[in-house]
Amino acid sequence: MFVPCDRGGGSAPSDLKSFTLLMPAVSVGNVGQLAIDLVISTLDMTKVGYFYTDCLVPMVGNNPYATAEENSTELSINAEVYSLPSKKLVVLQIRSPFIKNKYRPFCEILLSWVKSSKCARVVLLSSSHAYQRDDEQLLGTPLRYLLTPDLEKAVGGLMQELNWKEMEKVAAYPGISDTDKVLHIPGGGITKLLFTESCSKGIQMAVLLKFCSEGDNIPDAFVLVNYLNEWLQLIKSEVNPSSQWKIPSSWRLLFGNGLPPALF
Amino acid sequence: MATFFGEVVVAPSRAGLDEEEEAREETPEDREIRRELEKKRYRRRGAGRAEIDVLWTWKSGGCGEEPLVCSRFIVAIGRNAAAFLSSFILDSVCWEVVGVVKLWNEWCRTSSTTNVLPTDSFCLFYRLISDPTVLLCQCSCYVAEDQQFQWLEKVFGSMQKEGLQVTILSTCPVADYKTQESTLTLASPFLKALKTKEFQEQVCCPLLEQPNIVRDLPAA
Repeated sequence: MFVPCDRGGGSAPSDLKSFTLLMPAVSVGNVGQLAIDLVISTLDMTKVGYFYTDCLVPMVGNNPYATAEENSTELSINAEVYSLPSKKLVVLQIRSPFIKNKYRPFCEILLSWVKSSKCARVVLLSSSHAYQRDDEQLLGTPLRYLLTPDLEKAVGGLMQELNWKEMEKVAAYPGISDTDKVLHIPGGGITKLLFTESCSKGIQMAVLLKFCSEGDNIPDAFVLVNYLNEWLQLIKSEVNPSSQWKIPSSWRLLFGNGLPPALF
Repeated sequence: MATFFGEVVVAPSRAGLDEEEEAREETPEDREIRRELEKKRYRRRGAGRAEIDVLWTWKSGGCGEEPLVCSRFIVAIGRNAAAFLSSFILDSVCWEVVGVVKLWNEWCRTSSTTNVLPTDSFCLFYRLISDPTVLLCQCSCYVAEDQQFQWLEKVFGSMQKEGLQVTILSTCPVADYKTQESTLTLASPFLKALKTKEFQEQVCCPLLEQPNIVRDLPAA
């Protein structure tokens, strides 16, 4: 599944032992993916490989993080892996939706790759439908986190200090009291599946998600990436943190082309 | 999500999942339709996959199949690209049919016949008689998302890939092209290209700029 890039010389780029894997879930507003774009673009991360998979809709384009003519012609596909060894960070970016019935196989292959590459932990950026919040969730912060039991032991205390809010469980049968509480992440894509599988496989996984709706999700991406930064400290956040993130060149024209002058 | 009239509807999610919700709200008719479609797509062999068959005329079918030695492979995907090849490149003197892809999906069906009309959906392979290492593919049928990978593996699986140069011809609507000015004033049609870094030759047109992308079979 994982195909390393041929960088020629240098140390094995696919040695991810004890790295943190940061990845998005394809979810409402694509917020996780946008946030990941900001991380890759700002930290100027190097591509170390891609996933050769039949689970995602194929797509290809030129380098989405191009800053100049010279680096704009590298091809980019739907699932690529970038790394920043100085921060022991490896990032997976997913750029297209799942092919029908293929999301389960993808999760299985992904988690077995996580185990075999010996990543220390996985941080999943995701989002959930804002309109599905209950009365209490409408108030306060729209950001939530989840930790698998193995990671809870390691960083649970830190989350308390940061004053973060854990994702609430909801009643399995709404309207009926005294039912079991279950995890429900509507619009979260594979978030719930990855999280529950990680719990059972003993993988250290954290989920960071934001409640949002479809629309211009760039502000949501900034909020989510700043939330991530509170914990992982990827960039300095003393000054206004939003201004430190670099928007990739591929975010141009998200809402269509220019208008024909004849319209006016 | 509330619409203008105040009714609450379920917003389609880009997450594309909602499998549990779909199962609950499916009517009996929907279920029946889905089952029939699945039966047609994933029929026979019981492999649980939408079967694609690649039939090569030079293979006797069965054992001892050696990969085809290929130096150049030109693939035309979509009706426009296929028509281009028919109009300007292909003729019965210089090219011979060497293969066909047989597939079925909800949008089209191809057959194993090589005698096709331009209006049919087909996927044929031709070989240049004077240089049998030059292969050409005309794919005017739509290859569904879940068939693209299989198409790729079966077609390229039959080929020796050392020293192989692949050229993919495809078309996209101008309206899909993202650019600063309006597409109304763009001089169309126009050519854009994507190339791998291994491709060292001169490209005959500008490269495709971000944020434009290519998807489906040409991307695969």
